[in-house]
Amino acid sequence: MTEPSASELTDTARPAIPHGMRLQWEEAQQAHVLLYPEGMVKLNGSAGAILSRCDGARTVREIVADLEQAYGAAGLAGDVLAFLRLALEKHWLELRA
Amino acid sequence: MSTAATPPPGPPLWLLLELTYRCPLHCVFCYNPTDFARTGAELPTAEWLRVLGEARALGAVQLGLSGGEPLEREDLETIVAEAHRLGFYINLITSGVGLTAARIGALKRAGLDHIQLSFQDSTRELNDFLSSTRTFELKAKVAALIRAHGYPMVLNVVLHRLNIDHVGEILDMAERIGAQYVELANTQYYGWAWLNRQRLLPTRAQLERAEAVTQRFRERVGGSMQVYFVVPDYFERRPKACMGGLGSVFLGIAPDGTALPCHAARMLPDLDLPNVRSADIRSIWYDSPAFNHFRGEAWMKEPCRSCPERARDFGGCRCQAYLLTGDASNTDPVCDLSPHHHLVTAAVERAAQAAASAVPTEHVLVFRDHRISIEPDAGASG
Repeated sequence: MTEPSASELTDTARPAIPHGMRLQWEEAQQAHVLLYPEGMVKLNGSAGAILSRCDGARTVREIVADLEQAYGAAGLAGDVLAFLRLALEKHWLELRA
Repeated sequence: MSTAATPPPGPPLWLLLELTYRCPLHCVFCYNPTDFARTGAELPTAEWLRVLGEARALGAVQLGLSGGEPLEREDLETIVAEAHRLGFYINLITSGVGLTAARIGALKRAGLDHIQLSFQDSTRELNDFLSSTRTFELKAKVAALIRAHGYPMVLNVVLHRLNIDHVGEILDMAERIGAQYVELANTQYYGWAWLNRQRLLPTRAQLERAEAVTQRFRERVGGSMQVYFVVPDYFERRPKACMGGLGSVFLGIAPDGTALPCHAARMLPDLDLPNVRSADIRSIWYDSPAFNHFRGEAWMKEPCRSCPERARDFGGCRCQAYLLTGDASNTDPVCDLSPHHHLVTAAVERAAQAAASAVPTEHVLVFRDHRISIEPDAGASG
């Protein structure tokens, strides 16, 4: 098993949508969806807000800071990290160096 | 009569364009209609592009391009480019015949997202026999091309009595060519596969062996390959939730423009299927009698009508109900609550007896063929 584990999800990791998957806003569903071969996940608002910031350039720390600023809230790190772990397990994300 | 209000349907999220019935293969398990050669002319490019635009406007987002063999269409790259521009996630479902380096390069540039390659078996002899052509080496080359262009290697292998004992070799072959996903899909009995059902149904013992081999393989390769094993529903006691309910998320368009609420719906006599040549996608999806016929639960008969599981499986497959019982509104006879369930168990029983006899199979299989499709008697005598 060579897949990155969620335990490597440090503050400086750079999560990204894996090659071959695509995240986009769907007007008809009023939601972000994650598209992959012959399948689709409809994301709720916070999942969409987090995944749409996972561009392989921003670090986890920057993503949390950006979300806290966008939603005018502090202390989001725990919730964001929990979701990023879940998304890694589901292969909705991969970590870039 | 149940009068529970039916919620308005959501958008046709999954759009499948069967671009052509032309195909260089002659597979005995093809689900295409057996009278495909007697349907109307294929839609021209401009009509396919209009269908894409109208469906996308309604919210369609997953796009399948299949057939027949979609590579037979010379305008495939044009169709892919327009679908990409509109924001579809585009899946090409192909036998690989005709997928040259030049074509896969052009498709990639046009925005194709994903390729699913079908294999008939792991051995050249059986692959070529079952598809009645010589394609095995070509498919191995195509698999390399798909990988070289950065696509995940996704293999689909249709299983049945004649190849299911090779499932170990099939998985080894998949590993050798670098497959990341393998779908071992047991044959669904529609179209040409229905004609050949008694020759293709596996035995229960075959099925159990194949599942055990698949499980051992999964344990050996771990997470590097994902293997899906789709059990043939004739061996189940509850039906599949076919299409998530007809008219729920799936919209298929046949080569001649006929709009389909499921892949095999052409056979259903209750449905007057609309055509995109004479109606737009919005009116087809929301207003046509054919797409509303099997929505909700008002059409159901007993035992479905009062069954607590009807919201989970929607009564199963309408085409299977029609083929086996003559009435598409009956409970799918795969369900052991159906008064027709004995038709399914009897078919499995007969297939097991046939498997035990020594009749050579080549003379009784009907290969998908243009000539037979035009004149059914030409091939039915075998």
